[in-house]
Amino acid sequence: MDRGTEAQKYIWEGAIPLQIHLHESEVTTLPPPPPALILAPRIGYLPLLVPLIKPFFSSTLPPGVDTVWFDYKGLPLKWYIPTGVLFDLLCAEPERPWNLTVHFRGYPGNILTPCEGEESIKWSFINSLKEAAYIIIGNCKNVMNMSQSDQVELWCSVMNGNLEAYLRISSKLKLGPGGDEFSVKLNSSSSLKSRQSALETDTTGPVKTGRIPVRLYVWSVNEDFDDLEDAPHIDNWDKISYINRPVEIHGEDKYFTLRDAVKTLLPEFFAEKSLSDDEISMPEVGDERGLPSEDANSMRSAEEAGETMCQRVESCCPSDNAEIKLLRIQGIEPKLEVPFAWVVNNLMNPEHFLHICVYIKVPEPVAM
Amino acid sequence: MVSNQSTINFSSWDGTLSSHEFYLAARAFADKWKRFNPAFPQWSWVPRPKLPWTAADEVDGYLSLENVFLPRSTEEDHDKINLTGEEGPSCSNMDEPIDNATLVQNYGCELHHYDFHILYSSSYRVPVLYFRAHCSDGQPLVLDDIEKDLPANSGKVLMESKWTFITQEEHPHLNRPWYILHPCGTSEWIKLLFMTEASLSKGGVAVEQYLVSWFSVVGQVIGIRIPFEMLNNCGPL
Repeated sequence: MDRGTEAQKYIWEGAIPLQIHLHESEVTTLPPPPPALILAPRIGYLPLLVPLIKPFFSSTLPPGVDTVWFDYKGLPLKWYIPTGVLFDLLCAEPERPWNLTVHFRGYPGNILTPCEGEESIKWSFINSLKEAAYIIIGNCKNVMNMSQSDQVELWCSVMNGNLEAYLRISSKLKLGPGGDEFSVKLNSSSSLKSRQSALETDTTGPVKTGRIPVRLYVWSVNEDFDDLEDAPHIDNWDKISYINRPVEIHGEDKYFTLRDAVKTLLPEFFAEKSLSDDEISMPEVGDERGLPSEDANSMRSAEEAGETMCQRVESCCPSDNAEIKLLRIQGIEPKLEVPFAWVVNNLMNPEHFLHICVYIKVPEPVAM
Repeated sequence: MVSNQSTINFSSWDGTLSSHEFYLAARAFADKWKRFNPAFPQWSWVPRPKLPWTAADEVDGYLSLENVFLPRSTEEDHDKINLTGEEGPSCSNMDEPIDNATLVQNYGCELHHYDFHILYSSSYRVPVLYFRAHCSDGQPLVLDDIEKDLPANSGKVLMESKWTFITQEEHPHLNRPWYILHPCGTSEWIKLLFMTEASLSKGGVAVEQYLVSWFSVVGQVIGIRIPFEMLNNCGPL
């Protein structure tokens, strides 16, 4: 039975300590309620925490119907982005605990898509899983034809962070290897075939294993900063470019790295320079010491590595060019020469998308 | 999949198209729309602002048709739609004569403005219809209101598959919630659509025809019919 890789376990157990404050406009009692301290799973979604948070604030809320949403320093948080990705993206320098504000009233429907509680989140998850399936195998029949009980079990495994249950159900979808072989080639169909499971339904049409579901969040910064602590705050979603484009892998034998993947997503950035693999020092993913909450040590080393990387980039590219300040996946900055297959198999989220956060410094203001 | 002559070869085609083909098809669709629907609001191509890290030759953008009036229909025939531009709103479908003095108060929400965008989905490799609607007073319409404007059959499907037919998602270029027709089945029905056409005998069809055929189906979901001549005419190829 597949119990998942070390890295997968760390990610599934990974949580972000949150300190949640009720927005002052919804405080009707004195003294105001103290903030709620809670651990939010990385792979989870913020509204799923509402049943845990509500008791802290229910006695002070003004009358009305709950339409819960969160903000970070005034930026309304998109509920359909996994909590860990929000944290990686919006906290350049990880803040612990992460101070969020919760609102039970006044949903900003012009900015956020409505959330009707768990049902909305579940369907957002299933629709993403369908999208991923379509990218990987060219149709979403396996997801559409899931039995009701499998669907429920899969969703519960994600909500409860039960990796083993998740692997048991998701293996039926045949969306590719979830194994720990470091050298698994994504474009070899044999890796798919080796994971036949009890419920066998023939996939029709050609198996397209050369497309990998990736959601890329690019934050372009105009100001320069040496330290992530000094990174400006993201106060508007328009500053983030969201690129929802699969990574396409061509060529059977090529050793396809994370750098190659990023290159296909941000071609212009890599157009003129060639970063040499061995000169960029980044923390080893495998060295991560996972803890239920994020490991401060790995973060420190990641930050140092980020600086090393910046120096390296600066020294090899013309000053009028954009530069990558940071590339973060699941809270870590993997080496760019790590095989992309390893990154995908170990660091993807349960809906089979790899979420990559990138900070790019651009020389002049960009009209977005 | 697609040869240099921008024709689709059926032998290995899976009903999808590349982003560049989408661009070609979109331009062709807008041109054709103009030719056959000169009196209607026009589709225009909105390019995505150039970002410093995107490839120079990349064509990223979407087709846009905005401010289409869909007067709230109280009649059985939901299929007919009054396609008029902002300049000449003809509200002739109203059963009751409109008293301008009370228009704002009583009929302020009768006219529904619709914005339609056609975007390319890199995941599904097909076009996706994005839309939003608001009343004359600027109040956005929720799906329940929109449902009443849709042809009866669409409303039925909507009830049956709440989460998989029309969903509210973020417009990737505008960062705001829009409604979308879910694209997961598109390549399947597009393939069927093209296979049964006369073009099968020719062994292929022009990429330029893709969006016209696509919209002939998708348009019906939202109640917009395209002129038959538009479908019939296969263009310069």
